[in-house]
Amino acid sequence: MCGIAGLIHKGKRSNVGSEMTAMLQALKHRGPDSTGFAVYGEPTEGDYIMRVKCAEREDMESGRGFTDVLAKRIEDVEAILKEHKATVKAKEEATAYALRYLITHDGDTEDMARHIEELEGVEILSLGNGLELIKDLGDATEVSDAYGLGDFQGTHGIGHTRMATESDVDIRSAHPYWAFPYNDVSVVHNGQITNYWIMRRQMEQKGHRFMSNCDSELLAVYTADNLTNNVTLEESLTRSIQEIDGVFTYLVATKDQLGMAKDTMAAKPLVLFESDDLIAMASEEVAIRAILPEEIDTTDPYDEEVRVWQA
Amino acid sequence: MAGVTDSELQAMTQEERVNALGLTTEQLFGRSLLIEFNPDEEERYTYPWAPDIFYNKRFEIDTDGLTTTELNSKMREAMADGSGTIVIKNPRGMHSVGVGILNRLTLEVEGSLGYFAVGLIDGPNVRIKGRVGWSCGENMMSGTVVVEKNAGSTFGAAIRGGDLVCRGSVGSRTGIDQKGGTIIVGGDTGALSGFMMQRGRMIVCGNAGKNLGDSMYDGTIYIGGEIKSCGVDAVPAELTDLDKAWLTRKLQQYELMPDKGVDHFQKIVSGKMLWNYDNLEPNEKKLIL
Repeated sequence: MCGIAGLIHKGKRSNVGSEMTAMLQALKHRGPDSTGFAVYGEPTEGDYIMRVKCAEREDMESGRGFTDVLAKRIEDVEAILKEHKATVKAKEEATAYALRYLITHDGDTEDMARHIEELEGVEILSLGNGLELIKDLGDATEVSDAYGLGDFQGTHGIGHTRMATESDVDIRSAHPYWAFPYNDVSVVHNGQITNYWIMRRQMEQKGHRFMSNCDSELLAVYTADNLTNNVTLEESLTRSIQEIDGVFTYLVATKDQLGMAKDTMAAKPLVLFESDDLIAMASEEVAIRAILPEEIDTTDPYDEEVRVWQA
Repeated sequence: MAGVTDSELQAMTQEERVNALGLTTEQLFGRSLLIEFNPDEEERYTYPWAPDIFYNKRFEIDTDGLTTTELNSKMREAMADGSGTIVIKNPRGMHSVGVGILNRLTLEVEGSLGYFAVGLIDGPNVRIKGRVGWSCGENMMSGTVVVEKNAGSTFGAAIRGGDLVCRGSVGSRTGIDQKGGTIIVGGDTGALSGFMMQRGRMIVCGNAGKNLGDSMYDGTIYIGGEIKSCGVDAVPAELTDLDKAWLTRKLQQYELMPDKGVDHFQKIVSGKMLWNYDNLEPNEKKLIL
């Protein structure tokens, strides 16, 4: 069933990390398998934040020899960064398999990203100036604690609690998805896409890469494809309602925008709260009330509704 | 099945009671007339095991720190203790609150509820000061529910009786599978409202989304605003004086009367072409679909 949540502060920064954690924890019953966050901090021009996953959690239990494999993968990633003249300013390891690099890079990040993903078992979770994309197995509190998200300051964010239905319980099938190769764009989705394979083939023919068999990844790729063709976020969301079949509600976040789209049947829920300085949305009101305990007015967007908010 | 007395029912276990009421057999005909409201017996409008409540006995529950199960248990204990007015404070979108209340009660909710609010109820009068999530009043059998703000999708799904009112706007599939009762919406409703409606009436003062009344078997839908589109087998009908009188009474009762009255309401009923499948040739069926 999955739960999605998003919030955007207008013109100010706030403790988005703890707010998103509270919202997603309230949605735990909609999806206990994995939790993911895409939160946006102060953009750093010229510096990129790259989050890389070098193994699945289950790989870590595959025996002692795997530590060496993992170390080799990380070494290879760093060698590629060096090859593309990217300087690593900082490196953090929240877990043994998920790393965060702060890098300075002048050239084309897409080439570099493609090169890194050629390595076996390596996936770039996100790349951008402000985006921090974190996803792992467990509930919101566990993931947030493990990755030290509690005091993250930012303007907006989206998140997801996953109940695995059509693909495995692993990090590669967890949301949010980064819209490779588009820096700072991420997607969370609740629903089922029924023309997934048709659309996937179309996208693959255009040269897009898929890292999982999760239908939600299609939305990230689809959005990236539209953005590459200079389609605005709002137009991309509107087109998706006609071009993508199934039941879905999804959220897309960019460096300074947050958008939502609901399918033609309005079969998947979303509750929306709007005020002058904060917009919050979630699959259930209980998540919004986790950060706004006072009485508030909320609405349900209707079928085929598309909205975009600016930070 | 007829002839089971109150005292016999009270002495039974729940399983025996279910059997005695005919719920486990196919012979459901006339159950409510014969047992629940047997004309031969003394007048009886409540279930035999329903607690005696006193409306003036008030009980307040603060939901802070309570789970849904704890809150619903506290309500049941209060009703067993004779409380006829229960006030719920700070629910903050909690799910499944007040489900399955089968006795008379005044329930006041000072806040918003989540999914499945007051579903399967038979009797209580409920006032919710905030909004409700999906499936409010699902399968309700009697009583009144008034929601002051907005409601989510499938508002009043499979409702069988009573009045279910939302002063704000509601989501999609309002009154899906409605089997009786009245659903009243002060604002707009979303797509597929009245889908597979079987009986009862629905009033929407605002606009209706696409596919209104799709595949409805029977029942009546009144729309005060614009209809995006009607569904399969949903057709407009003439608004009679009787309709107007009934609309006026219902809307005045819940203080939702539009300034311009009720003359502008559109009435949508079933064309009953899909309903009579068996009377049609296969070719004719295809024409309708």
